[in-house]
Amino acid sequence: MDTLVEESAHAAREAVETVVVRLAGDSGDGIQVVGAQIGLASALSGNDLETFPDFPAEVRAPVGTTYGVSAYQIHFGGRSIKTIGDEVDVLVALNPAALKTNLATLKNGGIVLIDAGAFTSRNIAKAGYETSPLEDDSLGPYQLFAPDISKLTMESVKESGLNKKASLRCKNFWALGLVYWMFDRKRQPTRDWLNQKFATNPDVANANIAALDAGHAYGETVEATGEIAGYTVQRIDMAPGLYRSVTGSEALAWGLAAAAELSGRKLVFSSYPITPASPVLHTLARLRDIGVVTFQAEDEIAAVCAAIGVAYAGGLGVTSSSGPGISLKQEAMGLAVSTELPLIIVNTQRAGPSTGMPTKTEQSDLNQALYGRHGESPIPVLAARSPADCFDVAVEAARIALCFMTPVILLSDGFIANASGPWKLPDLSKLPRIEVSNHTDREGFHAFLRDPETLARAWAVPGTPGCEHRIGGIEKDFSTGHISYDPDNHQKMTDVRAAKVAGIAASVPALAPDQGEADGDLAVIGWGSTYGPISRAVTNVRARGHRVSHVHLRHLRPFASNQQELLAGFKRVLAPEMNAGQLVRLMRAEGCTRIEGLSKVTGKPFLVREIEAAIFARLETTDE
Amino acid sequence: MNELTMQSALTPADFATDQEVRWCPGCGDYAVLKAVKTVLADVGAKRENTVFISGIGCAARFPYYIDTYGFHTIHGRAPAVATGVLLANPDLDVWVITGDGDGLSIGGNHLMHVLRRNVNCQILLFNNETYGLTKGQYSPTSRVATRSPSTPSGSIDHPVDPTQYALGCGANFVARAVDTQVKQLVEILKAAYRHPGAAFVEIFQNCIVFNEDVFDDFTARANVADNQIQVEDSAPLVYGVDGDRALAFDADALGLKTIDMRADSPTSALVHNAKNRNLAFALARMARPTFPMATGILYDNPGPVYEVEMANVGSAVRQDGKSLQDVMHAGFTWTVGETS
Repeated sequence: MDTLVEESAHAAREAVETVVVRLAGDSGDGIQVVGAQIGLASALSGNDLETFPDFPAEVRAPVGTTYGVSAYQIHFGGRSIKTIGDEVDVLVALNPAALKTNLATLKNGGIVLIDAGAFTSRNIAKAGYETSPLEDDSLGPYQLFAPDISKLTMESVKESGLNKKASLRCKNFWALGLVYWMFDRKRQPTRDWLNQKFATNPDVANANIAALDAGHAYGETVEATGEIAGYTVQRIDMAPGLYRSVTGSEALAWGLAAAAELSGRKLVFSSYPITPASPVLHTLARLRDIGVVTFQAEDEIAAVCAAIGVAYAGGLGVTSSSGPGISLKQEAMGLAVSTELPLIIVNTQRAGPSTGMPTKTEQSDLNQALYGRHGESPIPVLAARSPADCFDVAVEAARIALCFMTPVILLSDGFIANASGPWKLPDLSKLPRIEVSNHTDREGFHAFLRDPETLARAWAVPGTPGCEHRIGGIEKDFSTGHISYDPDNHQKMTDVRAAKVAGIAASVPALAPDQGEADGDLAVIGWGSTYGPISRAVTNVRARGHRVSHVHLRHLRPFASNQQELLAGFKRVLAPEMNAGQLVRLMRAEGCTRIEGLSKVTGKPFLVREIEAAIFARLETTDE
Repeated sequence: MNELTMQSALTPADFATDQEVRWCPGCGDYAVLKAVKTVLADVGAKRENTVFISGIGCAARFPYYIDTYGFHTIHGRAPAVATGVLLANPDLDVWVITGDGDGLSIGGNHLMHVLRRNVNCQILLFNNETYGLTKGQYSPTSRVATRSPSTPSGSIDHPVDPTQYALGCGANFVARAVDTQVKQLVEILKAAYRHPGAAFVEIFQNCIVFNEDVFDDFTARANVADNQIQVEDSAPLVYGVDGDRALAFDADALGLKTIDMRADSPTSALVHNAKNRNLAFALARMARPTFPMATGILYDNPGPVYEVEMANVGSAVRQDGKSLQDVMHAGFTWTVGETS
């Protein structure tokens, strides 16, 4: 907790600027549900926040095992929050396995709240402890608070009429109540949520509310003993507007649906289930009531091919997967390059190669996006930086695909997909429309007629009289659109396809630092989900007076046209990436030879302090 | 005056493109191309609403020679592209052109799923039991012991039968045709065109370069009568020069047997019922030389069409006036007001 010197309104409470809480328990303990509630309660308490669910990979692991632990981390407070926090201030562990697997995240001196009732010898052994961690000194560096939450929960819901098993299931809300007391969150929104959620089963709603209130009351009771303290969390003035909580997957799905509205095209989303990309499919599958079509194909190849069919027929065709699935789609993506059809390919990246670590995040598919196909087959590449940014980038991907008649790759990752934060809802009526009309003029028509400015080819869709034509993966004649094996024509078409993609840069806004000046000692350049930790690290370093700026890329192919020029204003350039230096090599090839990489390939996001340390290491040598 | 009376009817020649046909002279594909153009003219197909989608292989060049919309895609994936086209615009009339390698080897999976979903398209599988375009390797329909550049000592894999495969995938329209039996082919293609949902037609197609006359035992003029049975719905399953042979139910084998109409009572000949999937399977399974090769429409029994069902699911939940804005504003939201 970043403690503030000033006194808060709650005179008795210590004031803190930000807090990181991590909840952990068995898969069946309802950790994700209460985690989300803290998020909403914190937003209503005037905090900015970011949350991240940490699910087990197993579908239904045995109760009490370490691999069955589910966790949820939330970082909230009175400043702009861009990460889930380097270390945890308060760890709530509802069983020994949860403690064992999550203790390393807790900072020294942090608070660990434990359900003593779950620390039975059986559970302790299942978690792999030889002795109870409550009885040895392994929790010595922390502030341990270990009420028997199981027992206290059972007592609090005695009147509910629920059986023992169902009663015990309320212990997540008891713990939530105590956390609410610690950080002064309002309980009413959670009560309302429970009443709505269990409208048909009021006994369950009432029991959980009773547990919530009991946990809260327990905090008030023990406060006097000094065993545990409450805090006041500083507020932040968020920009006025209507907000909701959104995950990257939701924002991406809604962005695609928005692009369909803005372009007046039918969205057909075609994909095959894969972790961590499936939530985009799930979100869009619920939008049939507004005309979205989702197609769960038989495999990744069919998914991309169906999306190409959609594009050919005049719809907004989108396919989505993660690394292994994108590998399978590459041949078809080449077909979309050759036939110059608008197509969006979303890659929610995960740790690779091969199956790798499906639930862990990485940004190691940049090379795949850039170079993954055979032949000279350039595809524009975009990356989303945060959950909310997924919405804007999805719209941008559709703009480029439709205006330039090209497939576009949109890179997200497992972190962004699952993380969530408050999102100021955009007014869809104010977003620029994507005006691309079908070609209907039969006079002089052939399928590869080009717009002289964008080089986009004419899009005549089946159903248009007089524009019947044949396209395919075979090279086309530049002047007639018919198949051609002419050597000079192949050179010309290769050049045109490259020029078309390069020309997209002219429609992209100039790159400007996200933080800091357009020149200085060091530019930290990033793309994708490193945005949060880079941003916070640069803020911290700048607060100490250093001339460091943060530049974050949305467009990875083509780059914004002023990118080289902007970076030329900095003595050094540092690129943190969750890969082995893929952007670094790309930028060196493009002429930015001074760039240095900071690589992390652990399946976990960067910590702020890791980036700060790398920045300081460069600043020291720059100052010489 | 409606549009139909204003438009003069198109002839088969009106469906020809200006592209030179590049199949080998004498290839069976020419006959199929001619039959398809005839069908398009006869059924009054509109050029602008017709789409031919192919994968890779000799047959996959087909779209270039038909003056409609056409998409020459990648190896094996035409059914998936066709599905996307129809999801975007269910009003289009889509034909999928594939072969034994394209449809049953690299694209076997997509063929299965387009059939079991019952996507509304006609699927013409040109079966020549060889990889023609890559110069004559054995294919998944090649018979055991086929000698080819990749199997110099003869192939050992057991072939797949396209028609049985289609029936097994749950196809609701399954037919077999022969490239040179134009009259039957045209009738089958018309029926396939009329059938709502996926219509699968296996066409025995002679590859004169790599596999010449491989189907001769039931397609050569001298062999047709005795070795091929051309089935028609509600007609007795008889064949032979004078209709002297017939198919009958074999209770012991739970299948079919051939009978000599001169010796047996004529009433024991089975009558074809194109809505009977068991009979279709039995006809498809008949193996040469014990049985004749069954051609014609083995099965035609329409079921729910995928993209129609998809649209129905959409319209069942569709809420007029509901927008994405409403979706995003639903659920838990909060307002941050102007603050000092």
